[in-house]
Amino acid sequence: MGDFFTLSVLVATAASAIRLATPYLLASLGETIGQRSGVLNLGVDGVMLLSAFFSYWAVLETGNLWLAVLVGLVVGLAMGILYGVITVGLSATQGISGIGIFIFGLGLSDLLFRQQVGTPKPVRRLPNVDVPILSDIPHLGEALFQRNLLTYLAFLLVPATALLLSRTTFGLNIRSVGENPQAADSLGVSVERTRFVAILIGNSMAGLAGAALVLQLGIFQPNLTQGLGFIAVALVYFGAWRPAGVMGGALLYGLVNATVLQWKALGIIPVSGSDLANMAPAILTILALIALARRVHAPSALTKPFTRH
Amino acid sequence: MGPDTNILEMRGITKAFPGVVANDGIDLDVRYGEVHTLLGENGAGKSTLVKILFGLYQADEGDILLRGEPIAVGSPSEAIASRIGMIHQHFMLVPTLTVAENVALGMDSSRRPFTDLDLVSRRVSEISEEHGLAVNPSVEVRQLAVGERQRVEIVKALYRDAELLVLDEPTAVLTPGEVDDLFVILRRMADDGRGLIFISHKLREVMSLSDRITVLRNGAVVGTTTPAETSRGQLAQMMVGRAVRLTPEKPVLQEGPARLSVENLTIHGDRDAVAVNNISFQVRSGEILGIAGVSGNGQRELAEAVAGLRDVEPGGSISMDGVDVTGDDTRARRDRGLGFIPEERMRDGAIAEFTVSENLVLVDHDSEEFTIRGMLAFGAIRKHSEQLVDDFAVKTPGIDTPTSSLSGGNIQKVILARELSASPTVLLACQPTRGVDIGAAEYIHTRLIEQRSIGTATILISEDLDEILGLADRVAVMYEGDIVAIVQGQDASREQIGLLMAGVVEQTTSS
Repeated sequence: MGDFFTLSVLVATAASAIRLATPYLLASLGETIGQRSGVLNLGVDGVMLLSAFFSYWAVLETGNLWLAVLVGLVVGLAMGILYGVITVGLSATQGISGIGIFIFGLGLSDLLFRQQVGTPKPVRRLPNVDVPILSDIPHLGEALFQRNLLTYLAFLLVPATALLLSRTTFGLNIRSVGENPQAADSLGVSVERTRFVAILIGNSMAGLAGAALVLQLGIFQPNLTQGLGFIAVALVYFGAWRPAGVMGGALLYGLVNATVLQWKALGIIPVSGSDLANMAPAILTILALIALARRVHAPSALTKPFTRH
Repeated sequence: MGPDTNILEMRGITKAFPGVVANDGIDLDVRYGEVHTLLGENGAGKSTLVKILFGLYQADEGDILLRGEPIAVGSPSEAIASRIGMIHQHFMLVPTLTVAENVALGMDSSRRPFTDLDLVSRRVSEISEEHGLAVNPSVEVRQLAVGERQRVEIVKALYRDAELLVLDEPTAVLTPGEVDDLFVILRRMADDGRGLIFISHKLREVMSLSDRITVLRNGAVVGTTTPAETSRGQLAQMMVGRAVRLTPEKPVLQEGPARLSVENLTIHGDRDAVAVNNISFQVRSGEILGIAGVSGNGQRELAEAVAGLRDVEPGGSISMDGVDVTGDDTRARRDRGLGFIPEERMRDGAIAEFTVSENLVLVDHDSEEFTIRGMLAFGAIRKHSEQLVDDFAVKTPGIDTPTSSLSGGNIQKVILARELSASPTVLLACQPTRGVDIGAAEYIHTRLIEQRSIGTATILISEDLDEILGLADRVAVMYEGDIVAIVQGQDASREQIGLLMAGVVEQTTSS
C-alpha cells in the first residue's frame, strides 16, 4: 500500500483518472441536456459502442485521428436522429426504446467488427498535448495539462453546458419542456423541436464519448464499453442534472477506475481479487444513488412523451 | 374602435371529436372594453371554443374575425402574435423557473442567443406596478402561492401586450378574497380597452363581473344576456335546460349524540411538515359539519386520517360512537359505520377500468351477501348493482360498462351509491360535487340531506362556499392546519367565512 502513496504514483493516478473520466463526462453531459428536456436515453451505451467502432475503423483505414473523431460525432448524430424520430416523432416509451437502441448498437458494432476487422489490431491513440505554461506547473501540470484534446474539450464543455442551460434562450426552452411542456407549448415553444435538438446534442456527445474511449485505448473489442454508457446515465442522477455535479461524478468514477488499475499494477489487489475490484464502479453507482436518492429534483416531465390535449 | 366595436367575432364555429360535437355552429362576439362571460356546464364546449381561438385546436368550420379582419390561428404562437392572451385553468407555469424566466419563455431576446432577464425583470416590475399585480420577478414560481401564480400568468399575458384576454375558470383555485382582488384587476384591464373572455360556471361570480353573458349547452349557444336582464336561477336554467333548485331545502336539525369525535389531532403531510395542527371537533348524529378552506390547508390530510389512510401523531384520537378507532385500519372503521367519498374520485374513489357493477361492490364484494363459499356471487351482485343504478339515477348504458366511460357526475353517483347503501353512521364527503354538473350536484345535495335526516353524522369538506353554506349546520374553517373558527351555519356569512379562509381571524362567535 505504501507504494501507492508516492508522489509520482499519485500524479500518475490522477492523470489516468482524468483520462478515464473523459468518456463518462462527455456522455453524461450530453445525457444531462437530453434529460433536462424530458428525454431519458438508456441507449447511450449502444450509441457509444457504435461510434467507438466507426471511429476505430476510420483510424484503422485512414490513420487520421481527427477524421475518426468526426466519424464518432456523426454516428452519434445519426443515432440521435433515429432516437429522436422514435421518441419524439412517434412518442414511443423512452425506457424501452432506449434499451432497443442499446441492443442495436451492441449487436451492430459487434457484427461489423467481426466482419470488417476480425481480430483486434491496435491503432494510433490520441496524443497528449501540453498546454503552454500551465503544463510546466510541477506535478499539477503533469496531471491536468498534459492530456489529449478530447479531454480538454470534455472539461470545457462543463461550463459551456451550464451556460447553455442557464443563460441562453434555448436552454430556457430545454428546461421548460423538461418541467412543464404544456406551459412551453402554450407560449409557442415547440416541445418537439426543442426535445429533438436536445436529443441530437446529447447523442452527438455520446458519439464523441465513444470516440474518446476507443481513441484513448487505441484498440476496439466487442462490448468495449462494458456498461460505461449506463454509468453515464446514472451519473446524471448522481450529479442532480447539473453539469458541475456530473463532472464530479465522472471524476469520481475516473478515480475509482484509475485506482483499481494502479493497485492491480502495484499488486495491492491480488490477481484472484481483480474480478471483485472490477465491480467497484458498479457498487459505487448503487451506493451513490442510494445516498443521493430523495434529495434531488428530477425534471418533472422526464420520460413523459408530450401530447397536446 | 369605440366601446361598441367588436375586437373579436367568431362565426359558426364547429368542432367535432370522435363521438361528440364539442362546438356546433357557435357565434360569439367580444367588444373592446368588455368582460364577456362564457357560461356552461362541463362539456358544454367553452374550453374547446377558446382553445380554437388560441390555436390549440383547429375548427372544422367557421370563421374568426379579429379587429374586423379574418384570421387563421394555427398555433399558440400565432395567437400570441395576434395579441391574444390566455390564462389557462391549469397554470401554464414552470415551477422550477423564476418569474422572469417564465415570462421570457418563448419570447425573442435582445441578446440572442443569451437571455435578457434583467430587461425582462424591469419590464415585469413596470407592468406589475401599472396594473397593481404584485410579483417579484426573481423568485422561483414554485415558492409562490396560488394567487401569486395567477398574477404571474396575467403579467405574462400583459408582457405580450395581449389585447384580447381569455381567462379559463381563473377563480377555481382562489379564496373569496383573492377572487375580489382578481375582479378589480380584470375590471381595470377591461376599462383600459381590452376585451376579456371570462369562463366560469360559478353563477355568483358571473353575475358580479360580466358585462355580457353567453350561455352554452351541449356545444351550442343557448343565448346571450346581461346581468341586469337575468338572475342566477335563470342562468342555471339556461345551462341545464330545466329549472334547478340552487339552494337545497333542509329540514330542521334533529341533533343526536356525537357519532365522531376527533381530539388533539396532529397529522404530518406528505413532505413531513405538519399539515394538521392539534385540532378537535365532534360531529353529532343528524348534523352536517362543513369544513371550509382553501385547498391545501390540511383538509385532505384530515380526511385521510379520519378514513384511516394516514397516521396521526401520538396523543391524538379519533372515536366513533365513543369507541377509539385511532389504531384501526380503514376496513375496521368502515365495519363500524364509516362511509367515505374521497376528493380524488378517479384515484381514490373508484377504479376506472372496472365496470360500474364492480365499483359498486368494491367495498362489500367479500361480504356474505355477495359470495358463495369464497366465490363471487354474480347473481346477487348484478341484482344489487341494478338496484343501485336505478335508485341513484346513474346514467350508464349498463352495469357492465367500464366506469371510465361515465361522466364525472355519474361516477360520483356510483361512489355515492356504494357508500350510502352501506348505511353509514359517519359519512366523510370530500368535494362531493367538484367538477360535477349542476343537475348531478343538486341530486348529490338532496341525498346528503336525506342522509342527515336519518341520523348520519356528516363531515362535508368543500371549497365551494355556496355548498358549505347551503348544507352545513356548523362550519369549521381550516387555515394552515388549524380550525380557526367553528360558526353556526345559519349565522355564517360568505364574507365572514371568506376572511377566515384567508386566515383573518376576528372576534367571532364560535361554538
